[in-house]
Amino acid sequence: MADKLHFSLVSPERALRSDEVHMVVVPGSEGDFGVLAGHAPFMSTIRPGAIQVFAEAESAPARIFIDGGFAEVNEGGLTILAEAALPVEELEPEAIARDLSNAREDLRDAKTDVERSLAERRIARFEAMQATITN
Amino acid sequence: MPSLKSLKVRITSVKSTQKITKAMKMVAAAKLRRAQEAAEAARPYAERMTSVLASLGSRITVGPESPRLLAGTGSDQVHLLVVATSERGLAGAFNTNIVRAARRTADRLLAEGKTVKFYLIGKKGRAQLARTHRDRFLHTVDLTHVKRLAFTDASEIAEELIARYEAGEFDVAHLFYARFQSALVQEPTVKQIIPVELPQAGAATATGAVAAEMSGSVDYEPDEEEILAELLPRNVAVQLFRALLENAASEQGSRMTAMDNATRNAGDMINRLTITYNRTRQAAITKELIEIISGAEAL
Repeated sequence: MADKLHFSLVSPERALRSDEVHMVVVPGSEGDFGVLAGHAPFMSTIRPGAIQVFAEAESAPARIFIDGGFAEVNEGGLTILAEAALPVEELEPEAIARDLSNAREDLRDAKTDVERSLAERRIARFEAMQATITN
Repeated sequence: MPSLKSLKVRITSVKSTQKITKAMKMVAAAKLRRAQEAAEAARPYAERMTSVLASLGSRITVGPESPRLLAGTGSDQVHLLVVATSERGLAGAFNTNIVRAARRTADRLLAEGKTVKFYLIGKKGRAQLARTHRDRFLHTVDLTHVKRLAFTDASEIAEELIARYEAGEFDVAHLFYARFQSALVQEPTVKQIIPVELPQAGAATATGAVAAEMSGSVDYEPDEEEILAELLPRNVAVQLFRALLENAASEQGSRMTAMDNATRNAGDMINRLTITYNRTRQAAITKELIEIISGAEAL
């Protein structure tokens, strides 16, 4: 298989996957982009959302939720540095809704700028998770 | 001469201590292996991060309009010492060594007329530093409930540090932890985490990004500055995460060595006590014999 893209997904805790795929669609911070084999060297930040991994051209994509991060394309393939990654099927809507309301509560109770910005980041993350599930 | 009875009690008690230290050594050895694996698994991410930062750094000049995390606040009056120690004791000189390194730096900075603040991770270091520097504590983080250190633990601390930095609470942050060299050697290390020091391009591993960088054909989206601004806080978290992982491995290594020594010492003590016990017993028997014989002769 000549036209395969080498795709590796790395989190700070461990390398999550590294294999040959057909195409990966990444939610870049300036818009989604697809990466096929032979893509030009490219670097982009990622907004929280789902990446789609197409193992074959016609296969259904595997969707993985990424909590922001960084994508790098070079001749060796595509590398995604993600702070947290979770297959979309494993996201639990109830737990997220609960966390989201907790985070909103924290934001209301926040007294300092430090607490406020921490809570805001958490809210953004959980909202992205919810958006991913409903799509 | 202690009585036979008290010697026997003593031997039993040392023996049970030895059992405990032996068990602790084995537990530490198992945990050490796991901690080392975790540190190993975290390596690819950190290496990528370093190489990307290096290639970005070679294209960007640090100026006043650079992100504050990179350029600094323009002053170095207030120093924050982030001291990472363990949550549990009985780990030999592990915590003491880290605290000593931190204290030395603090004394030096204070002598230079700087302001020193402490940010403590782990309760053992807090106890030791509280004696002399309690009034300089900014915040302490308790990781007792954390069984396995996750990246989110580190990134939460990093986010808080950055928020405090942006709020102008300090100018420079140093991180103190024990670098893991082997189960026998852990080196107390200090590292500046804020402002971020960009790694040199030469120090980065030769990945494709760096190679492509040389030909100048990499597209950045958004542009380099924005990516850098995004990456810098993340880099602080990664540095912190790695340090905490190394610290965990060092702690277990240190505990393993300490408990091995303790087990050996207990063994030596048991041998000595057993010899004393046997001698005392023999002396008592001899004394009784002499009494019987001399009693018989007197008749």
